[in-house]
Amino acid sequence: MSTIAPQFRLSRFIASLFDIIFWVLLIFSLVGLPIVFIILFYIKMPIVNHQLLTPYLAMTWMADPSRTLPIIKTLLHTTFFHVVAFPGFGFAALLAAATIFVERKFLAKIQLRVGPLYCGKIEGILQLMGDGLKLISKEIIIPAKADKPIFWVGPLLFVGTAGAFVSLIPVAPGWVVANPNVGLLAVFATIGFFPIISVLSAWAANNKWTFIGGLRALHQMIAFEIPLILSLLSIVIMTGTLNLSQIVESQQHYWWIVFAPVSAIVFFICIIAELERVPFDLPEAESEIVAGWLTEFSGMMYGLIQLGTYLKLYAFAGLFTVLFLGGWNGPMVWPAFPADIVTQGITIGPITAKIAGLPLFDQDMLNGTLWFVIKTVGVILLILLPRGVFPRIRIDMLLHTGWYKLIGLSFINIFIALGLLYAGVLGPGGLIQ
Amino acid sequence: MTTPLPPGIQLEKVDDRIMTLNVGPQHPGSGHMRLIIKVDGDYIVSCDPDPGYVHRGEEKMAEYRNYIQNIPHLERPVIHDSSNILYPYCLAVEELLGIEVPERAKYIRVIAAELNRCIYTLYWLAIYGIFLGHSTMFMWPAGDRELFIDLLEAMSGARVTHAYLVPGGVRNDLPANFEERCLRQVDYFEKRLKEYQAIFYKNPILISRTEGTGILSRTDAIRLGTTGSVLRASGVNYDIRKKEPYDVYENMDFETVVMKEGDSYARSYIPYLEMFESCRIIRDAIRKMPKSGSVRTKLKPNPKGGNDEVYKRVESGRGELGYYIVSNNRPEPYRVKISVGSFRNLICMPYLLKGELLGNMPSVYWGLNYWPVEADR
Repeated sequence: MSTIAPQFRLSRFIASLFDIIFWVLLIFSLVGLPIVFIILFYIKMPIVNHQLLTPYLAMTWMADPSRTLPIIKTLLHTTFFHVVAFPGFGFAALLAAATIFVERKFLAKIQLRVGPLYCGKIEGILQLMGDGLKLISKEIIIPAKADKPIFWVGPLLFVGTAGAFVSLIPVAPGWVVANPNVGLLAVFATIGFFPIISVLSAWAANNKWTFIGGLRALHQMIAFEIPLILSLLSIVIMTGTLNLSQIVESQQHYWWIVFAPVSAIVFFICIIAELERVPFDLPEAESEIVAGWLTEFSGMMYGLIQLGTYLKLYAFAGLFTVLFLGGWNGPMVWPAFPADIVTQGITIGPITAKIAGLPLFDQDMLNGTLWFVIKTVGVILLILLPRGVFPRIRIDMLLHTGWYKLIGLSFINIFIALGLLYAGVLGPGGLIQ
Repeated sequence: MTTPLPPGIQLEKVDDRIMTLNVGPQHPGSGHMRLIIKVDGDYIVSCDPDPGYVHRGEEKMAEYRNYIQNIPHLERPVIHDSSNILYPYCLAVEELLGIEVPERAKYIRVIAAELNRCIYTLYWLAIYGIFLGHSTMFMWPAGDRELFIDLLEAMSGARVTHAYLVPGGVRNDLPANFEERCLRQVDYFEKRLKEYQAIFYKNPILISRTEGTGILSRTDAIRLGTTGSVLRASGVNYDIRKKEPYDVYENMDFETVVMKEGDSYARSYIPYLEMFESCRIIRDAIRKMPKSGSVRTKLKPNPKGGNDEVYKRVESGRGELGYYIVSNNRPEPYRVKISVGSFRNLICMPYLLKGELLGNMPSVYWGLNYWPVEADR
């Protein structure tokens, strides 16, 4: 090999951390603080508790945990935070990005490469951010004969639909953006949008390759949506509910993959097909149809499609975890929050500080999130890794797989589920209440 | 359209169901050429290969340079098979000028040619892998190819365009310890080749995708004039190294790989199996090679050929490769005609692709062992 990878050195990593801290402090003190004071100078400050709220006072309040923590705690339970940060978009994007980094390095190891290396101080950890930055800064080129409104709206719709899908996935007890009683039906409805978006944007681009790619995407997604829905029917029969949170709660003793292994396999294959991943990456088959329905997207439009794909990837992996792998259920491994901190406060040397508003998160939520993350990351890696060992499948084989084999297989577990229900293994008085 | 068409140009009438696709020259799956493909749904109705985008006039250029100056530019059409494309030129010029090649040089030429065949086939295999969407099969051969490139770099000093074979022998002797190093790398490479089989050739998706597609029967293969791996995949036992041995190939211990199926899978499998035979030849040549001696017959400056013509051919990575050289008592050749395997194999492409699915296009196209730059010369 002619490429020589520099070894990871802890000393260099620590040195780089100090480097970063130094620059952050410098920029904050030289630029950040003056800007804050300039702004505060022009704003008429209120009088709170008979004293003028000077910037200095505001800063002491910001540094006072007993004042800031309750504010943060209320913020954590707002819908805005749910949508933007934790169970919603930010969490999903972060998880997907981290998994994609791991996948890149892992795939590189399979293929005798080193993978991303230079972007970021350690092992190219900032490569994905660099890719995103590149896509944002690139020019967006619209084909002259494209149907412009639909062409523009395609990527946005794609991200929007993927975001709607993400919002349905429960991460920890009570931590879900949207929790409708017909959660699973809502999932099906959301998935049903994707082929429409593909075909619309493919048609709007007015290009032969996008047209063929869009039609392929349509064929593929419809062929695999039916076994996908059928394979989840057994879960609904066994749990008797469509609410995803209740499905997770029903798996406290046994995961549904124990009773519905065939469903799990069928669902997993359908996930790969719906995500257009290898070996089912026909709609983007490079050597045949350039980039399929993504051919004409450039710059951030392509970036939005990629973002949507990653969100979709996370959502499907999360759905697999929720339905088959017990969601947030798992042994309690997260240490409990020491109760005496709340009653007696934290003692650091001579200072004892009593902080109201602790703990920020309860133990169940942290433990649930931990297990959910572990399981979902595992599923995402399983979805991504066929890329290292499989070539692309052909369209006739794909349709044959979808319409004949998977639909037949998905019926098997429905009968198994019905049998379990009537034999009394499930339901009242059975193994699982 | 009411405006009259210019004379000699007529509008093509096509069915409404038929869509014409221009695969290339700007297409990730075309190479330096264009395929005009007409599809009905997902089925290919007709295919019209349109090579010529990288025509460089190698044959005309050869008429203005003398026999030695011709060496570097004649290897340009296939830079990663440069020893094999120079081989027939050297053989032909030696016959024209009446030069005897030293015994050791003949063996070194065979080693260089087989190493270069491995380099070419690995490159071809890498592209075959990525054409079928198998990214690991792109990276592995591209990485293992470096071993042979390093070997040829040690032999000739250049990594890709070696210009190692010259009329009268080879340019320079082997470096010290070359035999040991070469044998060690060949041993390692054979181990790697078995791993290729595990990940690629035994892959059920690959087998179901390529088996039974683009079938070329034995009679069609002969009738259409295909050569090389395409011909041998259709069950014809034909290899210039066996039929018309040049240099020391008659002393070498190897076999011609023949398969009967004539489908895409056989066409992709034959070059792979031939790499094992190349390893055998390299081992054998190193064993039988004289350990010392001259490697190059000195030529007169600016040698002149007589009033003569000569045709020499070798088995290259892509099939039969021949040079037809006419000389007329001048230091430059009067005419050089290069007959390449790529172009002959391209001829059967419209027949193979007719009625196939569009998804079979990459495997059939690249299975023909076609190198666009060589075909255009």
